[in-house]
Amino acid sequence: MNIVIAMPEIFLLSTICLILLLDVFLREDCRMITYLLTQVALLATALLAYGAMDGEKTTGLNGMYVRDDLAGVLKISILLLTFVVFVYARKYLKDRTIWVSEFFLLGLFAVLGMLVMVSANHLLVVYLGLELLALSMYALVAFNRDDGRSSEAAMKYFVLGAIASGLLLYGISILYGLSGKLEFAEVLTYVSSQNVLENIPLLFALVFIVAGIAFKFGAVPFHMWVPDVYQGAPTAVTMFLGSVPKVAALAMLLRVLAESMGAAQPGWAQLLLVFGLLSVFLGNLIAIAQFNLKRMLAYSTIAHMGFILLGALTGTTEGYSAALFYTITYAMMAAGGFAILILLGREGFEAETLDDLKGLNERNPWYAFIMMVFLFSMAGIPPTVGFYAKLSIIQAVMQAGYLWPAVFMVVMSVIGAYYYLRAIKMIYFDKPEQTAPIQAELDFNILISVNGVLMVLLGLFPSALMGVCSAAMVASRL
Amino acid sequence: MLGEYLPILVFLAVGFGLAVVLLGLGLLAGPRRPDAEKDSPFECGFPAFEDSRIKFDVRYYLVAILFIIFDLEIAFLFPWAIVLDTIGVFGIVAMGIFLTILIVGFIYEWKKGALEWE
Repeated sequence: MNIVIAMPEIFLLSTICLILLLDVFLREDCRMITYLLTQVALLATALLAYGAMDGEKTTGLNGMYVRDDLAGVLKISILLLTFVVFVYARKYLKDRTIWVSEFFLLGLFAVLGMLVMVSANHLLVVYLGLELLALSMYALVAFNRDDGRSSEAAMKYFVLGAIASGLLLYGISILYGLSGKLEFAEVLTYVSSQNVLENIPLLFALVFIVAGIAFKFGAVPFHMWVPDVYQGAPTAVTMFLGSVPKVAALAMLLRVLAESMGAAQPGWAQLLLVFGLLSVFLGNLIAIAQFNLKRMLAYSTIAHMGFILLGALTGTTEGYSAALFYTITYAMMAAGGFAILILLGREGFEAETLDDLKGLNERNPWYAFIMMVFLFSMAGIPPTVGFYAKLSIIQAVMQAGYLWPAVFMVVMSVIGAYYYLRAIKMIYFDKPEQTAPIQAELDFNILISVNGVLMVLLGLFPSALMGVCSAAMVASRL
Repeated sequence: MLGEYLPILVFLAVGFGLAVVLLGLGLLAGPRRPDAEKDSPFECGFPAFEDSRIKFDVRYYLVAILFIIFDLEIAFLFPWAIVLDTIGVFGIVAMGIFLTILIVGFIYEWKKGALEWE
């Protein structure tokens, strides 16, 4: 028993309970206090997670939990990203008179689930964190419960999510039946002793586990829920769903596939190769046909997740670091892109079609510039960070000997650039259809500016973040 | 080993074949003269009163969910009480944390008015 290693999670859980209790005794017009406490809790937990990074790999809670630098980096990025997302979300919720504290509380529970996933050292603990994240997310998607589309999206997400959880659990149970172990190190010992490509039951378990993980990423062929949920959910929830949980999904992939089944890499690499290539292909092609911006960004997410899967399949330290770098920077640009959508909307009006972007430059040149940076970054055009992220993935894939997948990724990136550039053309060269002024409070303006400038700065000086990512991988012996 | 399942396969084949034959005979040989009256939906011989897709009260559902949480709590408490003398202080602390979290939820639902019937 070494419960100190779970300190950030214990602290966050206690704070959530306190906020929950305090909130029901506060008056309606004091909701701001709940919001501020939520943000303080996120920052304090991030500090605790930072303080726990000591370069060592410590397991505790009867071997179920692990604390290492990889967990530290992932936790800090999850917490800070959530902080930024909540600042953006505040404007959306206030504008639409759905300014209730449950959004932040459910968000905090989702964050707690993600932290548990990140630090898991046991297959059932991964599942526990995953379910806490997923259940909070189902409720958040249905947040606007009188809106038919929101409820429909939540229903689809719930049914498909439940099937995916079932697949994952089935895979875990087969693995348990074969090895009798669930702790990562012991599973690794078992998998290392087997000839993976010859062992049909083990491959069977692997396929189910990889399918469950691919669903959480939203990779083809498990991508059906992504566009509908992105479009149906309130934009603030789409922003949260489309950014932070991707980091947790990568954590799950690294922990379950790389760490506990690293010896089975020849088995799962084939699956990830197919999923990744299909995602890059379908995501980029279908996004071209989308007129709804949220749907377009959903298909763009699918394409980006393909890149991450392809980086992770290499099984090398470079590949894992590139995937981590890509995920963190992608989450930042996705949060920023959806924040601009929130900015363009107002009460009774949701900005979600490409037409709403028209003439943004005439309405507000600075926001137009920031949106252009986000779109350039998603398309992977230098000097934005999206370019470096794609470059490092493609380098890792080529080093691992996958030549034609690398060529395919480059070609699909060029095709994908079309729909990002089309949006930029509308921002700069079309006449505005809306004339309502675009307003936001100071904290929103500062964060969105920092977010946009970071995309360029990280693109010019990627080594700072890349160094952290590869150091974390080396410290965790991945 | 698979041979033992042969009767089930035969049963499935006969069941499927019988269904196809009976439905097919009805389709081919039976007279079909549809009219507006025959095609309209009805309830017990009357025309349909209203659309079945209406909003209905979910209060029972809420009560059922709240009940199941505390029902499960009891299900945990019984085995815990029986082995308490072997797990000692650790068991008391663990159950204390569990109950505290449940009580937080209980206060939340109470204050939100989930326990009021009207």
